[in-house]
Amino acid sequence: MAIDADTVRKVAMLARIRVDEARLEPLAAELSGILGWIEQLREVDTDGVEPMTSAVAVALPMRDDVVTEGGEANSVLANAPKARNGFFVAPKVVE
Amino acid sequence: MSELTALTLAGALEGLRARRFSSAELTQAHLAAIEAARRLNAFVVETREKAMAMAGEADARLAAGDAGPLTGAPIGIKDLFCTQGVASTAGSRILAGFIPTYESTVTANLWRDGAVMLGKLNMDEFAMGSSNETSAHGPVINPWRSRTSNKALSPGGSSGGSAAAVAADLVLAATATDTGGSIRQPASLTGTVGMKPTYGRCSRWGIVAFASSLDQAGPLAKTVEDAAILLRSMSGHDAKDSTSLPAQVPDFPAFVGKSVKGLRVGVPMEYHVEGMPAEIEALWARGVDWLKDAGCEIVEVSLPHTRYALPAYYIIAPAEASSNLARYDGMRYGLRVEAPTLREVYEQTRAAGFGEEVRRRVLIGTYVLSAGYYDAYYLKALKVRRRIADDFAEVFQSVDALLTPTAPSAAFGLGERSADPIAMYLNDIFTVTVNLAGLPAISVPGALDASGLPLGLQVIGRALDEGTIFSLAAALEKAAAFRAKPDRWWTL
Repeated sequence: MAIDADTVRKVAMLARIRVDEARLEPLAAELSGILGWIEQLREVDTDGVEPMTSAVAVALPMRDDVVTEGGEANSVLANAPKARNGFFVAPKVVE
Repeated sequence: MSELTALTLAGALEGLRARRFSSAELTQAHLAAIEAARRLNAFVVETREKAMAMAGEADARLAAGDAGPLTGAPIGIKDLFCTQGVASTAGSRILAGFIPTYESTVTANLWRDGAVMLGKLNMDEFAMGSSNETSAHGPVINPWRSRTSNKALSPGGSSGGSAAAVAADLVLAATATDTGGSIRQPASLTGTVGMKPTYGRCSRWGIVAFASSLDQAGPLAKTVEDAAILLRSMSGHDAKDSTSLPAQVPDFPAFVGKSVKGLRVGVPMEYHVEGMPAEIEALWARGVDWLKDAGCEIVEVSLPHTRYALPAYYIIAPAEASSNLARYDGMRYGLRVEAPTLREVYEQTRAAGFGEEVRRRVLIGTYVLSAGYYDAYYLKALKVRRRIADDFAEVFQSVDALLTPTAPSAAFGLGERSADPIAMYLNDIFTVTVNLAGLPAISVPGALDASGLPLGLQVIGRALDEGTIFSLAAALEKAAAFRAKPDRWWTL
């Protein structure tokens, strides 16, 4: 399936990656090439095949719902580009 | 550089315990070799002071007769592992300045066992690449050069820094990770040994995530025995990784040198791909003879869905990556580009922080997971993945292991394949199947090609049967008698 510039713009918006207008067409061609190559998967008969969602056939373990580590606000914030009063700082989203 | 850096990990551990040299001397020798090899660009951080401090502690433990399995051995760490207090960038601008406040489980296991950290090793950005050219720190240069040219070659990727550092004797061994071949392909291209264990053998906790259902840590080393020693320390169940297997860690080094007589080894006919160099076919045939001489029975087998592994991988891995990399939002850590609105901060931070290949894969992943395409692409790929895993399950009913080439070519020149994403992806044609099935596999150097570049052989085994792989790999290593080392052109 060929991808056009509009699809790249939409996908880039979903992925929250800014793409310059001038790059939309070249990227559409690149991604179409890769997806075209991937199309060969259609040849595989997968009727009745259960999708493989885990690399090993084990049930996910459960653990007790208790705090194991906590009180580490300073280390959690240590790498934040902006932090204040024990919080991450994000641009204002509500007027 | 010096005799100390020429040692294997096993040899160095023996010398340390016999007190023939100290960890401080051994570490100093490696630090000098690293300094002299900066043009290889293998290291992104050299932790010189930390290394000497750890060596001092190791010497105290050795003096007290309290040595662990790795006490005093200087090693390198792929920059994908979070190391407390030491910058960890995953080869990306978006993690510039990130200093973890915690230690990955695998590296914590290594320090527990006494290893000494020399520094962090260069890699493709977020482990996405097969040549090290996607690194924000610039490509690693392969210590190997062709006999006929001084052209800079790629060490492969994504663990190119780890492989180059081992090949150039800058470290005794190194950690690496493998999502589609990122340990084994660089091992093949640098004449080193690289082992990807069973999915779940090593904890992924504290390793920067690329594609969580495929990512697995493992060792890059000079010999099969060294790889077994390092893997023994890296492995083990970890409650912090829900996919970590609650399995006993076998004494892997004990399998090295064990007889392989009577083992049945399969040769999958689908791995005879079109356009493969005759020298690689010839090495593969020699590998078959070596195992026959060691008493193995060789059986031709079929893995019919092999050719669909790479296209399935290029849906599954980008899909998981697009989800994992959503965390780089400019708020919690790493780069932030200021802009008037939250959405613009996200979009500009991620455009500036991610390199071209990472952006490409996040876009592909977002596309195949988006409404209307999920079933056609993502679900289809998961079903093909099951077919590939079933192929392996079927052949492993009649054979104990498989023998294949590791990579379809020897080391290639920097820039030669970076213009065509699909040509680059084909590097992983023989390695990626194993990641999809969650199986263990190793690459062992087999021979030099006509231009003097190393070529590797791959042994694939059953889940949790790394022991058999180590035995077969050691048999191949012994028969191949691969002793070649690169000329030390980088120190001139």
